[in-house]
Amino acid sequence: MSSVPSAQKAAPAKKNKIRLFGREYQTNEVLVSILFIVPTLAFMVFTFILPVIDVVELSFTNFNLKTRTLNYIKLDNYKYLLGEEDFWKSLLNTVKYSAMKLTLDTALALFLAVLLDKNIKGKKFFRSSFFAPVVVPMVASSLIWIWFYDPNVGPFNQILGWLGLPGSQWLYHESSALWSILLFSLWKGVGYNVILFLSGLQNIPDSYTEAAKLDGASEWKLFWKVKFPLLRPITSFVIMMGIINSFKVFAEFNVMTPDGGPLGSTKLIVSYIYELAFTNGRMGRACACALMLFALIFVLTQFQSLVGAHKTVDID
Amino acid sequence: MASVELKNIKKIYPFSGEDKKSKKKNKDAAPEKKVNLQITDEGVVAVQEFSLDIADKEFIVLVGPSGCGKSTTLRMVAGLEEITAGELYIDGKFMNDVAPKDRDIAMVFQNYALYPHMTVFENMAFSLKLQKVDKKEIERRVREAAEILDITDYLERKPKALSGGQRQRVAIGRAIVRDPKVMLMDEPLSNLDAKLRNEMRAEIIKLRQRINTTFIYVTHDQTEAMTLGDRIVIMKDGFIQQIGTPQDVFNHPANLFVAGFIGMPVMNFFDAELIREGDKFFVELDGEKVELAPDKEERLAKRNVQSQTVTLGVRPEHTAIADKGIEAVIDVAEMMGSSVHLHVTAAGRDVIIIVPTADASVDYRIGDRVHFTFGGRVAHIFSKETDRNLEFD
Repeated sequence: MSSVPSAQKAAPAKKNKIRLFGREYQTNEVLVSILFIVPTLAFMVFTFILPVIDVVELSFTNFNLKTRTLNYIKLDNYKYLLGEEDFWKSLLNTVKYSAMKLTLDTALALFLAVLLDKNIKGKKFFRSSFFAPVVVPMVASSLIWIWFYDPNVGPFNQILGWLGLPGSQWLYHESSALWSILLFSLWKGVGYNVILFLSGLQNIPDSYTEAAKLDGASEWKLFWKVKFPLLRPITSFVIMMGIINSFKVFAEFNVMTPDGGPLGSTKLIVSYIYELAFTNGRMGRACACALMLFALIFVLTQFQSLVGAHKTVDID
Repeated sequence: MASVELKNIKKIYPFSGEDKKSKKKNKDAAPEKKVNLQITDEGVVAVQEFSLDIADKEFIVLVGPSGCGKSTTLRMVAGLEEITAGELYIDGKFMNDVAPKDRDIAMVFQNYALYPHMTVFENMAFSLKLQKVDKKEIERRVREAAEILDITDYLERKPKALSGGQRQRVAIGRAIVRDPKVMLMDEPLSNLDAKLRNEMRAEIIKLRQRINTTFIYVTHDQTEAMTLGDRIVIMKDGFIQQIGTPQDVFNHPANLFVAGFIGMPVMNFFDAELIREGDKFFVELDGEKVELAPDKEERLAKRNVQSQTVTLGVRPEHTAIADKGIEAVIDVAEMMGSSVHLHVTAAGRDVIIIVPTADASVDYRIGDRVHFTFGGRVAHIFSKETDRNLEFD
């Protein structure tokens, strides 16, 4: 007799529960959770997932913004790009720029961070000075540097003149244009990595440094044998973000050399995609090119994380 | 293996620029009240007038509460802190300006400071590699040290994969593999749990017998100090309070601070009267008059100490429950197994009496009245004005 009422009581409790992914949840909890997730999910779907699907789909079409035609052409866009000289040139420019930017930016940032980690006078001033360019809008600073680089009235050539050196054509010659923008990018971006490396260096407990000093390590050995290995997680992050950002670079190149620079010497892959899509209206080809860029960045970052993964260090 | 000599060592941490600015501002507003005597116009004084001769192969323990300057002193010996004033000699050589790596010393840190990216072997071999010691010799010395410390099985592991005790062994191994002239240890057992701490303490005693070098060991734990040190240096507020063998500082504390710091549970203190009758000295507490031991009387007479109000110190283990004596009311009775610790109120003070369970009935209840007494050999007499032990002042 006594078991009957308890069974009756248990039944409605079960009704309010829902089973999801092998676990039981209260129905109310699930509904509230869905309500919280829906706005973000909707935003994600409309601003990220659907456009990505659209890009993949369009890459297999000859969609033209000007003529408004759209036909499925299978892999023709990819085949076209692989046989196109401009594609390879812009890719080569991107690789050249990225390799140099990554190497110089990482090395310079690390060097400056090591200096700032020392007890030098004016440390706060230098730290702010290195970081200031990072917060200046890209277009504004690019415009200022166009003036710096002006062969006739720019201060760079004036300084070279005072030193008795010949002036350069900077942005206006195919041999110097890419490196001129690289120099600007270093000035603009190095401060961010300096702060990252500096925080990493300051995170290393003093006792490691002290133990190494007692072990007989010189400043050089202390850095290479103790501090640098302990900075690996930061170095890895800096390199990964460097790969992503340098392959995606666009604004400064488009402002400083709007037409791809002298003889296309500063046309990078993103500028090429922009040209395909909005100058020529060949949206299908642009989407195929964008996907190829994505694949390249994906492979490079995966490779980097594979190489760096086993070298991560946990500091106590 | 070397002697270490510290002569009038002083350490002042100068004020930073910001401190100076705020000080200047305060000066304009109101005069600064110096509650802490260690803060001077020059900066914060961490160590003052520290003089100590450490013999070759001696085990010296610097002990004191947090902020007493013991670690700073050790770090000055290591070369990790600049010496503001005074002289440091290791093996007779002036060392004030010598770089840490050229002092031939090794140090074990409280947090182990093992390089996390290196294996145990690499950690231990690091200093030898920097000295460009032959590979075979490095291998031999690391394995020998690992054998001594029983860590041979972990040589290929990274520090993260070791327990606290194992890490501390590696840290000690890294130090002994260099065969240093002086071994410095900065609270090496503080991060370990109580059981492991006891085990490692015994290990250090054994190690000391095997490696035969000069040790300077810093701790805030008086048990470690008493069990490990040939001599103990007790410090407070940057000053040395007493230097002596463990027995010496326990039996003849130089002042109230040492008396209270060394010994567990802490010494009981009373306001009492010291009475001199010719060459005889008595201490009177709560109507009880106890004659001091002859050696104490001799020392007091030699210093021409007269009758006066004093602070009397008696260790809990030197008190005894008696039928007559000083009356006390039990507040708490702690059964410790081999003894009962009675927390009582007597002569207006909180007092601890240790009663061995083998000697007496252990049925003590809160509120019970008991009487206790003490002998003239274990009474310590401190000046009311200077807090110093009148026998040695």
